Amino acid sequence: MGRAVESDLVERLLDGEHRALARVITKIESQSPGYRDIVSEIHAHTGHASVVGITGSPGAGKSTLVDKLAKHYRDQGETVGVIAVDPSSPYTGGAVLGDRIRMASNVGDMDVFFRSMSARGQLGGLSTATADAVKALDAFGKDRIIIETVGAGQNEVDVVKTADTVVVLVQPGSGDDVQMLKAGILEIGDVFVVNKADMEGASRTVAELQEMIHLRDDDPTKGLNMGHHGAGAMSETPGHGGQDGHGGHGGQDGHGGHGGHSGHSGHDSHGHGGSPHDEDTDAPDEGEAKPTWTPQVVETIATTGEGIETLAETLGDHYTYLSESGELEVKARQRAGEEIRQLLRSDVNRLLERELDRRGGIEQFARAVVDKETDPYAVTEDVLEPLRECLEDGDD
Amino acid sequence: MSADSEQRTIRCLIAKVGLDGHDRGAHVISRAFRDAGFEVIYSGLHRAPDEIIQATVQEDVDVLGISILSGAHNTLVPKVMAGLEEYGALDDTLVIVGGIIPEEDRPGLLDEGVDAIFGPGTPMQETIDFVKENAPERK
Repeated sequence: MGRAVESDLVERLLDGEHRALARVITKIESQSPGYRDIVSEIHAHTGHASVVGITGSPGAGKSTLVDKLAKHYRDQGETVGVIAVDPSSPYTGGAVLGDRIRMASNVGDMDVFFRSMSARGQLGGLSTATADAVKALDAFGKDRIIIETVGAGQNEVDVVKTADTVVVLVQPGSGDDVQMLKAGILEIGDVFVVNKADMEGASRTVAELQEMIHLRDDDPTKGLNMGHHGAGAMSETPGHGGQDGHGGHGGQDGHGGHGGHSGHSGHDSHGHGGSPHDEDTDAPDEGEAKPTWTPQVVETIATTGEGIETLAETLGDHYTYLSESGELEVKARQRAGEEIRQLLRSDVNRLLERELDRRGGIEQFARAVVDKETDPYAVTEDVLEPLRECLEDGDD
Repeated sequence: MSADSEQRTIRCLIAKVGLDGHDRGAHVISRAFRDAGFEVIYSGLHRAPDEIIQATVQEDVDVLGISILSGAHNTLVPKVMAGLEEYGALDDTLVIVGGIIPEEDRPGLLDEGVDAIFGPGTPMQETIDFVKENAPERK
């Protein structure tokens, strides 16, 4: 297989051939020989689509929401690409990819390109594969790209971080969701969606989210203190589990340390919609007021489509904010940097694996370490030496 | 362990076409395929041929498994096959049909381009082996 095959495939993709797009994603996913050439070639054609990442716990309604959102964009005449990432079995590598089953609103509409991907045990490579697949959809000419993934761990967080806008889906009334927020998902959300808003406890969940967003926003040491707030909210929640009417209140009282803020934010949380510009006053020392973004909370009922329009508007607002503030470019640079790092890591890793094989495999080193003939650090030093010499020679 | 070692995983779409609510067989086969290390996309019930075509093309599956117990196979399967042809997906998709297909209908379906038909009672391993041996190369 020569480069001609790849170039031909890229050409057909750029021509809008569905099958070529599908095949390119397959190659990216399975890391077939030549897939890197393909990604290199399509790279120049990317940068037109806006990318939204949607994450949330299983059953929160991600797929249904994605379906309705895709429909909304289609109704506006835009084309949509969806990448749905599902976990695969760590034992057999097998997977049942079930997100497609919810795509009922876009039946037979080829302009919604829906693709299921599984994790395939690619250590850290999943985000690379997803980012590359997004590039393929982008180069194909999709206006909107949606990445959907279960928010289960670092791997998935890395995946949604390849998007411009990150949406975190939360189910009403379960402490488990707050657990998820505590695990770091809160920090990455630009928009929070409380889905199944007709369920009991939805308004309380909205209030809790707004409370957390405010604490994150008002606190000068935001990032550092997140864990603490998360923990506070957590320990409070079970106690108020069953209560509904006053539940929201209880959640806020949990942050005793921030009494002043709590009362305040609870009060105006609904008005504080976080339009792209409303935080200007918080940065008086900057000569030019830069737009900032306060994460939004949107209520939806995905099964009926309620709130989808508001969500789409909010996503639009966020994208406007990103481009006006220059944040879009900053993010793109960060992502590119991360992509380079990731590729370097995995390639160096492979080089070293081969080196290990050449030296007789890891097994004998492992045995020597267990037999106390050597230690892991010495082995590492030994294996790395040629590489280190090589790189440091360049410096001289 | 070579640098470009391909992570070859067989992708399958298990599809229920038409007005046929019997999906136990489709579930069982989905699960068996998953446990055999395949990636399985399940279509859900009552799909139109168009949806199956869309999914097969977009997901670039190696194998399309159509489960039909309603007796409408002579109408539905050709529609699916024609759609795959239209999108250039027929040649490199292994199409297998499961369910209740009378003996006299089988030659016709095979003529349409179906690669194999597995009736009731087929040992699971036989189907899995067939897929493993015949899954088309991705070029």
